[in-house]
Order: sequence, then C-alpha cells, then structure tokens
Amino acid sequence: MSFVTLARNTRYAFGENRLTLIAVAMLGIMVVCAALGPLLAPYDPLMTNAAVKLAPPSAAHWFGTDVLGRDILSRVIVAARLDLGMAVSAVVLSFGAGLALGAAAGYFGGWTDAIVGRVMDTIMAFPLFVLAMGIVAALGNSVLNIIIATMIINLPFYCRFARAEVNVRRELGYVEAARMGGNTALQTLVNHIVPNILPPMMVQASLNMGWAILNAAGLSFIGLGVRPPTPEWGIMVSEGASYIISGEWWAFMFPGAALVAAVFTFNMLGDGLRDLLDPRKRV
Amino acid sequence: MRARPRRAMQAPAVTAPLLEARKLAKFYPVKGGARGARLHAVDVVDLVIGQGESVGLVGESGCGKSTMARLLARLVDPTSGAVVLAGRDIAEVSQARFARTPDRARIQVVFQDPTESLNPSFRVFRAVADPLRRLRGLRDASEIEARVRRAAELVGLPVELLQRYPHQLSGGQRARVGIARAVVVEPSLLILDEPTSALDVSVQAVVLKLLAELRDRLGMSYLFVSHDLNVVRLLCSRVAVMYLGKIVEVGPTEALFIDPRHPYTAALVGSIPDPARRGAARPRLDGSPTSPVDPDPRTCRFYSRCAKSIDICNRVMPLLRTVDRDHAAACHLA
Amino acid sequence: MTAQLVVENLSLRFRTRYGNVQALDGVSLTLGKGEIVGIVGESGSGKSVTAYAVMGLLDDTADVTSGRINMGGAEILKAAPDVLNALRGREMTMIFQSPRTALNPIRKVGRQIEDVLREHGNVPARELRREAVAALARVRIPDPERRAEAYPFELSGGMCQRVMIAMALACSPSVLIADEPTTGLDVTTQAVIMDLIRDMSRGGDMATLLITHDLGLAGEYCDRIAVMHAGHVVEAGPTEAILTKSAHPYTRQLLAATPTAETRMEELSAIPGSLPDLRSPLPPCRFVMRCARRQPVCDEAPLRWRQCGPDHVVRCRLPL
Repeated sequence: MSFVTLARNTRYAFGENRLTLIAVAMLGIMVVCAALGPLLAPYDPLMTNAAVKLAPPSAAHWFGTDVLGRDILSRVIVAARLDLGMAVSAVVLSFGAGLALGAAAGYFGGWTDAIVGRVMDTIMAFPLFVLAMGIVAALGNSVLNIIIATMIINLPFYCRFARAEVNVRRELGYVEAARMGGNTALQTLVNHIVPNILPPMMVQASLNMGWAILNAAGLSFIGLGVRPPTPEWGIMVSEGASYIISGEWWAFMFPGAALVAAVFTFNMLGDGLRDLLDPRKRV
Repeated sequence: MRARPRRAMQAPAVTAPLLEARKLAKFYPVKGGARGARLHAVDVVDLVIGQGESVGLVGESGCGKSTMARLLARLVDPTSGAVVLAGRDIAEVSQARFARTPDRARIQVVFQDPTESLNPSFRVFRAVADPLRRLRGLRDASEIEARVRRAAELVGLPVELLQRYPHQLSGGQRARVGIARAVVVEPSLLILDEPTSALDVSVQAVVLKLLAELRDRLGMSYLFVSHDLNVVRLLCSRVAVMYLGKIVEVGPTEALFIDPRHPYTAALVGSIPDPARRGAARPRLDGSPTSPVDPDPRTCRFYSRCAKSIDICNRVMPLLRTVDRDHAAACHLA
Repeated sequence: MTAQLVVENLSLRFRTRYGNVQALDGVSLTLGKGEIVGIVGESGSGKSVTAYAVMGLLDDTADVTSGRINMGGAEILKAAPDVLNALRGREMTMIFQSPRTALNPIRKVGRQIEDVLREHGNVPARELRREAVAALARVRIPDPERRAEAYPFELSGGMCQRVMIAMALACSPSVLIADEPTTGLDVTTQAVIMDLIRDMSRGGDMATLLITHDLGLAGEYCDRIAVMHAGHVVEAGPTEAILTKSAHPYTRQLLAATPTAETRMEELSAIPGSLPDLRSPLPPCRFVMRCARRQPVCDEAPLRWRQCGPDHVVRCRLPL
C-alpha cells in the first residue's frame, strides 16, 4: 500500500487507539531525553558523592542515588541516548542488510536464495543471545561491537520477512509489466517491488526495536560492551540488583522501569502501525 | 430460429506476417515424476499473426494458451523453436537480453487483472511513463509528459487521473491505465491476456470498444487470449483453438463458430450459454483433459473425450491440415 | 404455484466506519417449487447480500430496516440461531463461488459430505459412508468410491464444484442458492455443472436461486429473472420477457452491453456513469444518474412496482 494511504489512515488509526497515542507520547519523551539528555539532567550523571550514597527517592533526588552517590534520575535520562542509539543503529543496519539480502533471495531464487538461506539458518541455529555474547566476546568489549552483535542476530528476522514479501509479489502483474517495460531484473526489484514492501517491513522494525533495546541492555547487564561509569540502563540494573536484598529497591527499579517503558512503547507503536496497514480494518 | 441475420463469413484478408511462431515448444521438467518426465505446456506449435490482424487464442485452462502468449511476448524463453518478428528470430537471445533491445517495445502486453497489474505505489503518470524511459530511453521531461498525455487521451482517461494512485481508480479506469501503459511505446503487436474477465459487463463493453478503436487507429495487431468466446468473436478476425499444448483448429472467426471442424471446437462452441436453446439437452463435453506430462505422441490428444473417435485416432496423431480456405484442423475426421 | 421462498420488501444497511451503506432497498422476490430464478446484476448490485440475508448469514453490522423473508413457513429474520442452524443444510443450502476455497482443504471430501449428513440428515452412523458415496454418484462424479477419499486439492475445479453440490443436496433441501457457481470454471465445465444443477433442481422439486453476473447464463437456465441494480430489484419476470421485452432502461442497457453470438462491435454499448455511492442519500430511483430517459417525475417518491406483462413487474416511472 502507498504512503498516501498510510498518511490518510494515520490520523484515523491513531485517533482510534488510545494506547497508540500514549506510545507516541512516550516515544516523544524518550527522544527528547536522548537528544537533550545532559541538558535535562539535574545533576552530572558521573559525579559521585559518597555522602548521599544509596539515598532513597526524595525531593532532591527523585529517583534516589546509587552506591556511589550518583543521581539515578540523571543517569536514567542520559542513558536514553546510549540505549536508544544502540538499538536504533542495530535495527537500521539489520533492516538495511536484511532487506537487501532477503529481497535478492526472494526475487532471484536459485543460488542466491540457497546461500542466503544457509547463512541465515546458521545464525538462527544458535540461541540468539548466546550468539550475541559470543560475538562481543570475540570482537571486543565496546559499544560498536554490541551494535554489530545485535545487528547480526536480528538479520534473519528481516531477511526472512523481506524474502517472503518479495516472493508474494514476484508473480504479480505489475512486476511482469515492469519487465515488459524494459526494466532489468535489478531495476524491477529495487524500483518496483521494494517500495511496496517497505511499509510492512517498517512495522516489523518497530516491533523489533523493543527487542533490540533489551538485547543491548542484556549484554551490558552481564558485563559485556558498556563499561562503568557510562550510564546505561542495563548496567544500572546490574549494579542495582545487588541491593535488592538490602532493600534499596530504587537502584535497579528505575532503570528497569525505563527499559520496560521503552520496550512497551515500541511494541505499542508497532501494533499501531500494523493496524494502520491492515487492509481489513480499512473499509 | 434466429431472428437476426448472421454476420457474413469474411474472406480473410491476406496480410504480411508480423510475428510467426515456428515449431515453438515449452517443456517443463516435472519434479517427483519419472526421471526426465516433462510437462508439454506448448507442444511444437506454429502460428502466424499478420500486420493489423486480430487473432484470438482460446482453450480450457491448462491448454497452454497463457504459456503461448507469454512465449510470444518473450516473457519466457522457449525450450525450442523460433519466434520470428519481421524476419528476425527473437527467441535466439535470452529473455533478459531481449528486454534491452529496441524490439522489446514492439510487443507489449495488457494483463488480466487491472488491480494486480498496476504498481500500488506508483501514480498513474509514473506507471505509464516508466516504459518510455526504459524502452525508448527518453529523458526529456516535457516530451515524456506529452506522450503520456497522448496515451491517456487515446484510452479516454481524464488527465486529472494521472496524478492518482491505482486504489483511487475504478476497475474500468485501471483497465485503461493498463492499456495506456502498453500503447505508449507504440507497439506493433499487443498481446491481451484475458483483459476483461475481471471487469463488470458494462465496463467490459467500454474496454472492448476502446480496443477495437485503438486497433483501427494505430494499426496494431492483437493476440487476444480469452476463455470468453463471445468476446473473442467480437474482436478477432481469426481464432486459434488450443488443447493440451497443441493448436487443434485455426481459421476465420465466423467459420470456426458456425462450422467448427474439430470436435473440441464444436464442444466449446456448443457450451456457450445460449438463451435460445433453453431447456434443450445438448451434447456436453465431460471429464478432464489427459495429463500434459509426456503425452503419447501416437494418439490424438483429444481421443479420450471425443465422441466421434475412430480406430485411427488412437494410432496416429492427427496433424494440422487445411480443411478449407485459410482454415485448418487437426482431426482425422475433419 | 406455491411459493417456497418469499422475500418481501427487504431493506437493509451495513454500519461501517465511513457511514451506513444502504445495501438493499425494497427487495422483493418469490421462488416456487421446481423453479430456477436468476438474480442478475453487476458487482455492488446487492445480489450476494440478498442471498446471505435469505440464508440468515448476515453479520452484526447488518441492520434490517424493513421487510421479511419467509422460507417454507419459517420467518428467517426473526428466527433464533438454533432454528436457523437446523434449517441451513437441511431445508436451505448454498453453493459458493470458489469451489476449492469453500471446501475444507484438510479434510477428505467424503468426510465433508458425511459431516453434513450427520448433522442434518437422519442417517445412522454406519450408513454415513455409503450415503456419502451415493451423493457423489448422484452428481456424476466418476469412480465415487475412490474420489471420496480425495482431498480438495487433488480434484479439479469442476470436480470440487460437484462435491459442493453433492454436499448441498445431500439432505434434499427445498431451497438451493447458487452464488456464482461457475465463475472461474471453463465454459465446457460450466455447461456440465449448470446442466447438473438444472437436472437436480427439477428432479428434486427444489426451488433454486441462481446468482450470476452473466445474463446469457441466466437466459439459458432460469425460468424467471430478477435484475438488480444498486440494491434495488429493478425488473423481474419470465426469462423470455426480460430478454426480449425488457421494460427497464438498465435491463436494456445490460443486454446491449453483453456480447452474444450475434452482436457486432457497433451494436455493443456501454452503460454510462457508475454505481451511485450507497452511503450518501439516494433518490427514490437509484438509476436516475445513469438514465438517458430521466424526467422530473423520476425524482418523486415513492417508486412503486408496475405490472407490465403477465408475472412481469418493473420498478420505473417511465417503463419502456
């Protein structure tokens, strides 16, 4: 379906679905945090203050402080940039590579399909998170490698989807018409078929974002990738987890809630997008 | 019985051949069958389409008419045989190479389902302009626009619809866009694969009249593939009947309908709903065609369903032979 | 002739996001035993909606604003769901357009017929298989014993349609509704299937409603024809009258647009305009926007039926 219909139905679908509106609002908040993080944070996220370590939430520190006396609210806000950044980068790379590989496999079939298929099968043969751990461990502990690892494990998802969507459309009249009209196979694929599969793929991307965030945070949680004192939700949960038993619940709860909120937001957005594009819901 | 006079049996006009299929064949390997088993979709067929001629191609589903159309349109490569366009065998180059030659513009196709045959993310203007850019290599925006507008005008499509998307158009309008896209590159041969079967009867009438008018104005030849015999009768001067990959009869339209020489053609014609024959029990063709996989080369393909078959039909495959002026049938009893 | 099915002044609308669609307005028709009546119309005319209404298969978004449907004594519109379930399959059945998709793809065809017999027929369990094979034989499927063990994908389109007919007729219903039963089938198969429907219909003294867009098909097989346009029945009468002495401008135009054996290209004419939008307020006659004979009187409500021949009625102010 075209972007025109997309735009026209946007107002309708979003207006109808409260949850989607809430999700959009929350996305807005997160983007603002990511963009303006340091400006919004009340305290320097890296500044330690042993005097107020593990202080409960109060007027001075809305989210309390962690074991080194750093303000948790500030750290949560600033971490948005890193978490969202990692997830978005990984998803964008995955999306692009998956689209290219899947579309080629779906359209050309034969050896292309066989090779791409086997590569994807290999990736999917591993428990994905373990594979990500392995990749980061092999390549080295850095944010870039978290992005690469997340990108690789997400690749089959987009690749299979693009392949299926292209396969469905490959036999349609307008594709044959494009060949009749002098387009080469590649031109047909890129100019005629791919624009039509972008909307459903974007839905998938949105749904996938939540997963990508969890993945990046999960890797940091177990100590791979992001190093302290960088503020990042996964690391913060990891650090705060030690203090659950002693009752300082705020140390892990707030970054954890941020993660939950982020995943929830993208899932709701993805559902909203899917409703938008569902032809049966349109009259 | 009939209140109205019949159309006169036209003497077929002798025209220079535009496109010739010579011993054209398309076999598909069958997976899971006997080793080397092949499906004979089009089984060594000859067909000539003259300049300015409208030829109809009819037959049951699975008879190979769609494959034949796609072979002639050079959308698929034949297994063997030649497709001769104005003296040159265009089947010699692969289909992908052919798409880049200027000859590609000489044969165009109007597809069956107007909804499916238009790209949903293209505006009408772009859909019609694309072949101009690719096939004719036009770059000049004003010239492209002029030609697109002319094509739109030829097919009776209001200019304001050029900026719309397919889902904003009615079925009839989409059909017109499909035709505009095909004629904008000024083809010599237009292959129409069931162009009106998805349309309502009133829209179909409009499209048929448009096709007739275009043919007369632009001098194109048509290959009209359809299962609707009444429509073929309206538009075509010659008709070829296919059965299981072979042409079983070919001749002038009226001759075929009034005096079919092949039992299958007779059965087809006799099956057309006819209000004048209400309540009458008519001979019916029952059963299904035999398998197109490795058919027996010594038997007539129609043998198992033929009411008139005799002994020789099972021993010798009947060849297409002339039975009347410009009229040929592949039957021992024709 | 006793009427087996009576639809009287049926009006209904669908509630949708973009407004109420006035799908049917004042639709009336009768069907007698042993008769084949055709509803002919283009897409959007309301013929399938009428069929579904008769079968009680409309969903919640449909509001019936007037009229009644009486099937052999039962008031369909007022009937409780369990009453309707008992009627469907036994007294009234339907065959659908696309045979392969209307059958359950993962169940052998013989079992599907047995399902119908088990539910609606008074057949003891051990007789089910025999009866199912007999049903297949009645629709002239060759080798019915073996075919009963086939899945729908193993059968051709024509065979699947016969299976559907066998299922529909298994319990000898009094009303059969055939919704475009031969669309998509080859012309030779179409002829065989329609002959079968006609023979079964006459033989079983059934009342058959044939829904089709093909005027030629209706012309050969129907005793009476009702022509629909934009939710109205515009004309109804004996086939011969409709085809040769039609009184409604739309019927005339439909005939002129349908190619027959004798039509010449110059004679083929199109119907101007297009279907009115059924969501917007509509004039009493829904054909006015496309009618060349339009007069001011055509805009006056109400639009009544006029008799224009024996058993031949038309809904027009200025019938031809």
